[in-house]
Amino acid sequence: MTNDIILETRNLTKHYGGVHALQGANFTLRKGEHVAIMGDNGAGKSTFVRQITGVEQRTRGDVIFDGKPVFFENPMDARNAGIETVFQTLALADQLDVPDNLFLGRELVKFKFGPFSILDYKAMRERTMGALEKTGVKIPNIRGTIERMSGGQRQCVAIARTATFHSKLTIMDEPTAALGVQETAQVENIIRTLKEAGEPLILISHNMRQVMDLCDRIVVFRRGRICANLDIKNNDITGEDVVAYITGAKTQPEYADAA
Amino acid sequence: MSETSHGIGGLSFDAKKRAWPNEMNVFIALIAIIVIFEILGQVLPYMKGQSLLFDFNTNRDGTILNMVRLKIIILQVSIIGIIAIGSTQVIISGGIDLSPGSIVGLTAMVAMSFAQTALVNGNPNPKAIFGEAWMDLPVIVPIVVAIAVGTFAGLVNGLLVAYTRIPPFIATLGMMVAARGAAKWWSKGQPISFPTEPFGAIGNGMSGWSPVVIFIGLAILFHFILKYTVYGKHTYAIGSNEDAARMSGIKVDRHKVLVYTIAGILAGLSALVLASKNLTAQAGMGVMYELDAIAMTVIGGVSLAGGRGSIVGTVLGALIFGVIISGFTYLRLDAYYQEMVKGIIIVAAVVLDQWRRQRAAARA
Repeated sequence: MTNDIILETRNLTKHYGGVHALQGANFTLRKGEHVAIMGDNGAGKSTFVRQITGVEQRTRGDVIFDGKPVFFENPMDARNAGIETVFQTLALADQLDVPDNLFLGRELVKFKFGPFSILDYKAMRERTMGALEKTGVKIPNIRGTIERMSGGQRQCVAIARTATFHSKLTIMDEPTAALGVQETAQVENIIRTLKEAGEPLILISHNMRQVMDLCDRIVVFRRGRICANLDIKNNDITGEDVVAYITGAKTQPEYADAA
Repeated sequence: MSETSHGIGGLSFDAKKRAWPNEMNVFIALIAIIVIFEILGQVLPYMKGQSLLFDFNTNRDGTILNMVRLKIIILQVSIIGIIAIGSTQVIISGGIDLSPGSIVGLTAMVAMSFAQTALVNGNPNPKAIFGEAWMDLPVIVPIVVAIAVGTFAGLVNGLLVAYTRIPPFIATLGMMVAARGAAKWWSKGQPISFPTEPFGAIGNGMSGWSPVVIFIGLAILFHFILKYTVYGKHTYAIGSNEDAARMSGIKVDRHKVLVYTIAGILAGLSALVLASKNLTAQAGMGVMYELDAIAMTVIGGVSLAGGRGSIVGTVLGALIFGVIISGFTYLRLDAYYQEMVKGIIIVAAVVLDQWRRQRAAARA
């Protein structure tokens, strides 16, 4: 095992009562790698992510993050460890502005005094601008409230958190599902910027073109199990092949027991 | 409204640029209402060209302003205004508090019991609640007692809202009824009177201005807290999107307890000023104050949906309230009209808020 692996799961399993939502997932992600997770609705993609990010507690299995086994009790733990998640439902406060949202729950303070600690607005604004420039996010006015922004801009703000906090791993759960063509392009540009910066990413998406364009590898989930691990950068794999794996028409030999 | 370009390519990192503040609209409304009263004063035949706020003829204070009326306007809203500061942060957090009026009644009774003098004109205090040993206590005792009662009532509100998950409307409605009952039980319905001189100074000092000074002082303090502290930021965040706040690691439940507790403390302080100003406490004190306080915040642009509003808006809302009450008295109109117009303004303010929200949603 080389030490350029940022995230590894071994036999990761989650049961909801009698429902086996996720079974024996063995997954690795190397530093700088962009991996897509695909699969039908209910295939276990989101369950997989929830176990990694501490939203839920796994039934069994190991998660090794940055070389150490981890047990995140809640999403904050995961975040503090360096895993930033862009949720399907945007976790943004509409009436607050961009820096407020970026720093929500981890505000920079000038003067510590319990809940009445005094906010350092200037530092938060400066770091926000830095993060936006780094990710190539274009927002006309960072002091405008989120409710005045387009869907694409909102998504960009959510993604810009990653750059602000120098996270070690970014997970995006269908970041463009609700966006128009232009806005999707904008988000995809940010993902390319992350790639250039060498930031690892797990992207959950249903958009075949997007995944083919942006990712190095596709991991396909079916009925709670991983059924394929496709190196799309180095092998000649078409969209049809991927669809075949998703629907169950094909299964890779090493995952034969998942069929 | 200033509108920035929302085009995808629109690249202008203008950190200074800000939208037209909502408080400006409230301020304009305040000016408009004053102007209406001024015009009515000039136009109505029986008024003979009087003015609401100006004093051109006598000029008693050497100023052009009618200081007597100005003082009345602010004074009559400052006690409820203190409650409204607490209601503002509760409503911004997405909640509502119906209990402060009753907390005022209870706190006034309890605090006054610790503020009594032993001798009234050389005779024993006829309204004495406790024995001799509890008379003529230093003024700090009733102050601490008032804060303690307010803290307790607010804490109960907060714990109910945060941990039983019942709607704040119900939790604080329960406190509203229960605290009023406790206020009546405390002295079996008897008023409590004859406080010490220092206690009387809380609401009557500074030649009668002290309630105003306390109100404005607390307003400035809480403006600062809401705008510049983590507490304030989390209050807005919870009212804006509670799930987002929770996912961001904000301890939402604990924060709510704090918000309601602070509202309780402010109700306690309001009771202190009111009991002191009247030099007596009665179980019926503060009835309907919570609704007036909520009205002030709503008029001041605080959104009942949460996440939006400010102390500046609430203070302006309180002033609008004061101007309307004084204006009707000055026009020698019956109090009935006053209440009717107050009702209309409250509904209009909420309709406006809704309309503004829909426009903001449509724009995005």
